[in-house]
Parts: sequence; structure tokens; C-alpha cells
Amino acid sequence: MVVDTPAPEIDDDDVDRLFHALADATRRDIVVAAMEGEHSVSALARRYPMSVAAVQKHVAVLERAHLVTKERRGREQIVRMNIDAIRQASRLLDAIEDLWRGRIARIGALLADEPEGAHP
Amino acid sequence: MSVIDVSKDLDALTMTMTAEFVAPVAKVWQVWENPRLLERWWGPPTHPATFVDHELEPGGRMHYFMTAPEGDTYHGWWRIVSVDPPTALELEDGFADDEGNPNPDLPVTVMRVTLSEQPGGITRMTVDAQYATREGMEQVIAMGVEEGMTLAVNQIDGLLAEAAATT
Repeated sequence: MVVDTPAPEIDDDDVDRLFHALADATRRDIVVAAMEGEHSVSALARRYPMSVAAVQKHVAVLERAHLVTKERRGREQIVRMNIDAIRQASRLLDAIEDLWRGRIARIGALLADEPEGAHP
Repeated sequence: MSVIDVSKDLDALTMTMTAEFVAPVAKVWQVWENPRLLERWWGPPTHPATFVDHELEPGGRMHYFMTAPEGDTYHGWWRIVSVDPPTALELEDGFADDEGNPNPDLPVTVMRVTLSEQPGGITRMTVDAQYATREGMEQVIAMGVEEGMTLAVNQIDGLLAEAAATT
């Protein structure tokens, strides 16, 4: 069976989940911690005045928003940054670069167009 | 080619592009100062920009929109942080509603533009685009990638078509 591989797209539900995930200070802090390195859920729970179960819930929200991934390792659950999100940041900066390359090319053409610009 | 350097910082979430144009500084400044010239390059050919308000002064507000091929419009705003004609401009760029009112829930990009005179009647332009916060960048990732990628891809298509037409 031939199946087209669709380009990864972000739909409205993803955006809602992302906004919801980032609307909480603890969850933002967990994201920052996960960017710096991997942490177990119990280690994260020691950082905040809340139960392991409460931290689990926050991590689950972040997981659904694709910001972190969770992996069972022995008795621990390890939380780490979703590397795809980093790739997306990289892709975004590439897209911004492309956008500006287009703009620079158009400015160049515009300046060459003007009667004073004797240089084609 | 007129782009001479590009640097990107994934941690600081910045993109810096340096380009050179064969034109005096005062003339290159015009592409920012004159809204009718600005409209000719800000949006990609498929999504031309229209500047409704254009106040190039400190604290000045700009309202623009880009028109998609299907007629949909995407609105944006600028706030001029500082301006020193004809060599320096710093502004914030964000998303707006149809009336040009800034959408406070969407991320803002800070842009710094500097123009400097080089020997041989050349002007060097540096554009630095920076996202204010990591959260803002994450929102841009969600909101902007799809649109940004589409715009960029359309633009590349246009450039390739132009290149094909001239060979």
C-alpha cells in the first residue's frame, strides 16, 4: 500500500494545547529544566512544593503539547525536551532566513529599478 | 549576490542578515521610509503588503496587511522603538486584528536595522530579528511555522521561476 507521508503540520488543536501548556508557570519552568537536561519526574517533584502526582499531571500536559517526551527507565520516568521542537526552532529560523533573502533580493531589484541607480 | 552574511543563534533565537547594495545610504533608507517602496518588498510576491499607517518616528505605529492569492488578509503592526535617519531603525513587529490592534497573545519580534556607507558607493544593511522570550518563540513555532514556511516556499518558487525565466 502506498501512503503519502504528509509534512508535519500543526493544527488548531495543537496550538490550543501549546497555549494551555505554557499558560502555567510551573510547566514553563519544567520546559526550561528539560531544555537544560533530562530529569526524572521525582527529581522534578523535589523542585516544586507539590506532590509527584501533581508534577506527573503537569508533565502529561506538556507531553500532549509535544514540548517534552517521557520515557520509563527502570523505576524512574525520565522527562526530556522534545528534540523535534528544537528542530522546529531551527526550521523556523531557516524559514525566516529565506523570507529575508527574498526581501533583500527585492530591495536590490527595487534599487536597481530607480532612475538614479545606474547599476543594473 | 547581495547577501554577504547570515548568522543564526538557536539559543538567543536571533537571525542576523547582512547585505550590500550598490546605492547610497540615503537611497536605501527610502525603502524603509517610503511606504510605497516598503510595500514593494516587505511581502512576498504572492502576499503583497499594504501599509495603512506608517509613522516612522519614535513610538510611531504602523499597521500593514498582506493579501493572500485567495484574498485573505493577514494583519500586522509595527511599533517604532527608535529611529535615526538614515542609518538606524529599531522596531517591534507583531500580529494584529483587521483594525490593526495588536494581538497581545501572539509573539513580538524585535528588529534592528543599521545602514552604513562602504567604499565604492555601497551601502551595507544589517537586519537583526530577535524573539523576546523562549515562550514567545514556542508560540511562533506553533503559529508561525506553517504560515512562515508557506510564505518562504512560495517565495522560493517565485525566485526559481524568475531564475528559470532569465536563463
